[in-house]
Amino acid sequence: MTSVALLHRITDYANRPDPYPLYAELRRTPVVRDESGPYLVSTYWEIKGLLHDPRISSDLRNLTPEAAKAGGQEHDPNLPPAFIRLDPPEHDRLRRLSMRPFGPPHTPRRVFDMHGELEEIVSGLVDGLRGRDTIDLVDDFSYPFPVTVICRILGVPREDESHFHEWADTIAAGLDPVGTAEEREAQVQGVRRARGELAAYLAGLIEERRRSPRDDMLTAMATEHGPDGQMSPVEIITTAALLLIAGHETTVNLITNGMLTLLRNPDVLQRLRTEPGLAVPLVEELLRFEPPVQMLPQRTTLADIDIDGTIIPKGASLYLMVASGSRDPQRFTDPDRFIPDRPDNQHLGFGHGLHNCFGAPLARLEAQLALTALVRRLNGPSLVEDPPPYRQNAVLRGPRHLPIAISGVTD
Amino acid sequence: MSVDGYLETFRREGRIVVVGASLAGLRAAEALRAEGFQGTLTMVGDEPHDPYDRPPLSKQVLLGKVPADHTLLARRRPIDAQWRLGAAATGLDLAARRVQLADGDAIDYDRLLITTGVRARPWPHELEADLDGVCVLRTRDDAVRLHHRLTAGPRRVLVIGAGFTGSEIASACRERGLPVTVAERGPAPLVGALGGVVGEVAAELQRAHGVDLRCGVQVTGLEGDSAGRVRKAHFSDGTAVEADVVVIALGATRNTEWLADSGLGAGPRGIACDAGCRAFDVRGIVTDDVFVAGDVARSPHPLFGYQFLSLEHWGNAVAQAETAAHNMVSGSADRRPHLWMPSFWSAQFGVNIKSVGVPPMGEQIMVTQGSLAEQRFTAAYGYQGRVIAAVTFDQAKWLDFYERQIEQAAPFPPEFTTVDRRTEGLQPVPAGFPDPSLPSHGPTITLSGHSPTDRRISFTPRRA
Repeated sequence: MTSVALLHRITDYANRPDPYPLYAELRRTPVVRDESGPYLVSTYWEIKGLLHDPRISSDLRNLTPEAAKAGGQEHDPNLPPAFIRLDPPEHDRLRRLSMRPFGPPHTPRRVFDMHGELEEIVSGLVDGLRGRDTIDLVDDFSYPFPVTVICRILGVPREDESHFHEWADTIAAGLDPVGTAEEREAQVQGVRRARGELAAYLAGLIEERRRSPRDDMLTAMATEHGPDGQMSPVEIITTAALLLIAGHETTVNLITNGMLTLLRNPDVLQRLRTEPGLAVPLVEELLRFEPPVQMLPQRTTLADIDIDGTIIPKGASLYLMVASGSRDPQRFTDPDRFIPDRPDNQHLGFGHGLHNCFGAPLARLEAQLALTALVRRLNGPSLVEDPPPYRQNAVLRGPRHLPIAISGVTD
Repeated sequence: MSVDGYLETFRREGRIVVVGASLAGLRAAEALRAEGFQGTLTMVGDEPHDPYDRPPLSKQVLLGKVPADHTLLARRRPIDAQWRLGAAATGLDLAARRVQLADGDAIDYDRLLITTGVRARPWPHELEADLDGVCVLRTRDDAVRLHHRLTAGPRRVLVIGAGFTGSEIASACRERGLPVTVAERGPAPLVGALGGVVGEVAAELQRAHGVDLRCGVQVTGLEGDSAGRVRKAHFSDGTAVEADVVVIALGATRNTEWLADSGLGAGPRGIACDAGCRAFDVRGIVTDDVFVAGDVARSPHPLFGYQFLSLEHWGNAVAQAETAAHNMVSGSADRRPHLWMPSFWSAQFGVNIKSVGVPPMGEQIMVTQGSLAEQRFTAAYGYQGRVIAAVTFDQAKWLDFYERQIEQAAPFPPEFTTVDRRTEGLQPVPAGFPDPSLPSHGPTITLSGHSPTDRRISFTPRRA
């Protein structure tokens, strides 16, 4: 088996605008051990198989000590993991409890009923662009929209955003594998500090909700009892932190990547203007073509696993390269083409299996409404620079800014 | 004339008759058109309704959430067929290639597809079966009648037979707040399909939802009042229960009687066909113009020792119909085998039950994930040292993995650990299937026929 340093090149900031050729290189060996330690899996069927494989764990405590050390993925002694980093049965119980106030079967209409509210937020933000000839889609729209939404759903005051924005960014940046041991250690310490501060902040809010309940998820998690009982106070904190960060750091990229892709494909942008129904398959294609989550770097093996002839030993660190899998020519014809109404589009953009994206229905609706409104209301949009400047993060990948020249805003 | 030339002419102007206008028949017809068949297509069905979907009949329809006439199957494409609905087929003349209908008509075919499925097995005592309030549930009309009865607020419903249909009916009754008794001859509900270990969980589930579950008893008689309405059932243990609705859920009978003298290899276990869906005749010779698909078919499967399997599974009906349709209009080199992985689902008492493979082949069972006591688990079935099936209660997302295990004939008991492994999942135990010769509610998979080999095999289906 060859040992390669592809991961280093993928996380290299210089390759952020276009990591896809590197993924193509990676797919030549579906399972490869990176020089830095983890096993990278890059082909569609292998990734999908592993996402449904009960021998795969999301709990860092199952890594061998060496693998944990190498990846800097040590367990935070101060705060237990949220359900994204837990296995069944704890994962299942916490996810059921979190889903209770958010989706089916207990609250099937929550996302659907937000339609009008979401449209209002979108049109308010677009109204605010009047009189401008250049906008930064990220700061002016893609960031404030989902953040406002997740704050309302959870019940976190929007005006506290300046605090938790920084914590969220620091924690999200912690997903990135970085270079030297010292850098890694500094990153780990930074993440722990941010998690601690965010937890203290959320603990205060949850206490407030317990005393004076409102119609939001924090209240529901703190006060409601279901068949699974209730989350412990610390579980409410870790879950709320997870949802706040996930609502913060992903949909922003989906919307921004979407607009960037549309501006690079003007014929599709024009189609979306006249065919609003196209938004539904278009967002799926976006999740395949430019997914906000590029890889899942937090998996490990509970047993030796033979994948495509390579034995991944028990306790190894496993990176599932989902953005690569969604461009696997063995699964998708013309994978590097953006085809807005692509049939049979079972992409890996939201993952698969038990950890599949919790907020997927909300993210889909947000992106559909946002892109439809943007192409309808922005007149003569064009990219000011291509590629735009990207965020540092290689896992949650997206532009930091997306300057767009416009000639006006339609009502 | 070259055979190729014949095939081309057949595809352009041939006559295909599909007997059985339900799920398999409709999907086959659509597939025939999708494959480019331009000839005459005739759909024969004994029910007067357009093809409809059955799974909701024992669930949403009984709960009143969906009206029975809102269960029509979605159409995938126009099929441009001549419909003969409400006219059952009564006979087949293989030599003349002619299907006889109940209304006296006869239809000639060049190729025939039989998708006549199964019907509910009736209560064996005819006089008792005729009592007002004694029902079965298989068709849309049955569902309308039963829904009507449940809505009238019976004092108690008795369900005879705790297979999937019986259990789902009991679940719907409880959800509607109706008192219900379930009588099962076997030791537990679902025992024929999933074995005794899982059956015990199903029994717990029923009792926890307030079902008066009586296992190991037979109903010895149904008693009517002076107006001919059912009022009481007597059990073999000497007890009795008063009920004004009695649902007979004793499994299914295959609709093959109309083929009795046809010379086709058809009988109570279905119509034997090869992996390409071509029917065998009584001499064991495969026909080339009569094809079979869906619940009425029994075909050999390499993953399961080449046993002839009859599968009463929705997904099998669709997959086999598509394969049959393809093979009907293809030359022999282009034909495909029907190698569907058996799989089914059921929703009852708030639990989603799903299975892959052939559980009744299992000698042993091991709970690999979760816990029986929590009624949330994944269990693997082992047969001669390999994984042969798996079942999940509210854990369906793991089944893909176990399906691969079955395809690869992975060793049983599994040699690896998994997430959510409990102490009960460390050792396999006997799966507890009853002797299949004892009458019961009936499994949804019937194993039959001879097993020519037990050699280890590797099954590698082509993916999308």
